[in-house]
Amino acid sequence: MNKDKNNSFGAGVRDGIPIGLGYLPVSFSFGIMAVNGGIPALAAVLISMTNLTSAGQVAGLAILTAGGAFTEMALTQLVINLRYALMGIALSQKLDKGFNLLHRMLCAFCLTDEIFAVAASKEGEVSRGYMYGLLSLPYVGWTLGTLLGAVAGELLPERISSALGIAIYGMFIAIIVPPACKQRGVLLAVLLAAGISCAIEYVPVFSGITQGFAVIICGIAASAAAALLFPADKEAEEE
Amino acid sequence: MNQSIYLFISVLVMALTTYLIRMLPLVVFRRRIKSRFLRSMLYYMPYSVLGAMTVPWIFYSTGSFVTAAVGFAAALVFSVRGRSLITVALAAVAAALITGFFVG
Repeated sequence: MNKDKNNSFGAGVRDGIPIGLGYLPVSFSFGIMAVNGGIPALAAVLISMTNLTSAGQVAGLAILTAGGAFTEMALTQLVINLRYALMGIALSQKLDKGFNLLHRMLCAFCLTDEIFAVAASKEGEVSRGYMYGLLSLPYVGWTLGTLLGAVAGELLPERISSALGIAIYGMFIAIIVPPACKQRGVLLAVLLAAGISCAIEYVPVFSGITQGFAVIICGIAASAAAALLFPADKEAEEE
Repeated sequence: MNQSIYLFISVLVMALTTYLIRMLPLVVFRRRIKSRFLRSMLYYMPYSVLGAMTVPWIFYSTGSFVTAAVGFAAALVFSVRGRSLITVALAAVAAALITGFFVG
């Protein structure tokens, strides 16, 4: 009973509020960036509505403004967004029986890092209603933020827009810290991933690794180490 | 090629590539994975991915290392106490904003 309530459309909407809010400043700065690069405001909004991904859109924008080839565009998106494939596999194990082919195809459209993290770290299976609730506000926030940034980017005080940049990371911390306090496996996975991520960023030998690939490497290495040392039987098989 | 046609096709290529990467695994992996190791790994995956995306990037998120570090600390304090996602996110923003008045 309690479980149903936590798996309803309303519960999804509620969990989507911080994601949607967190997206506002990020998509806002994307909107500004696009217009500054000579992309019409409407095109910027179209990009956000059809892509819903920050790193991929910023990279795509650079290619667009440079007049890059379509193959370059496709390859770049593939590399940067390959982490979504990894997340998709993990999420595929969490969806309940209500997800037939059509619903899987629909939800995939909005599989962002944040939506994945919230849905995949949820206890038990994820219902269709919850998933659609969860992705609704982030989609609106991402679109609206882009529009506002594109048409009114200069209106928000610099001090506020830069402070808003941390919102999305605050949300990440809220997702990882409580389970990391309770389960040593989660703590190990998080610390290892953060350590590898820093190594890739700061050790010169790894400077050729893009952020998208870095996420894949950290995700696989840290999760594998945690799975070896702390098999998550109880949590993973409880459903 | 006409500029707006180029723009339109580019956006289409971009969107289609991104969508296929997201959609195929969700559609292909419909059976429950049996291996205990793989299941454990997938269980830890969201936390690893988020850990890697947060550190070190959070320290660059506000344009000032100091305000970001204070925001990070505020988020840690609030999340250890088990506050909701939105509370923790807003606490980090508020801490960064207030710190900005002193150091910026």
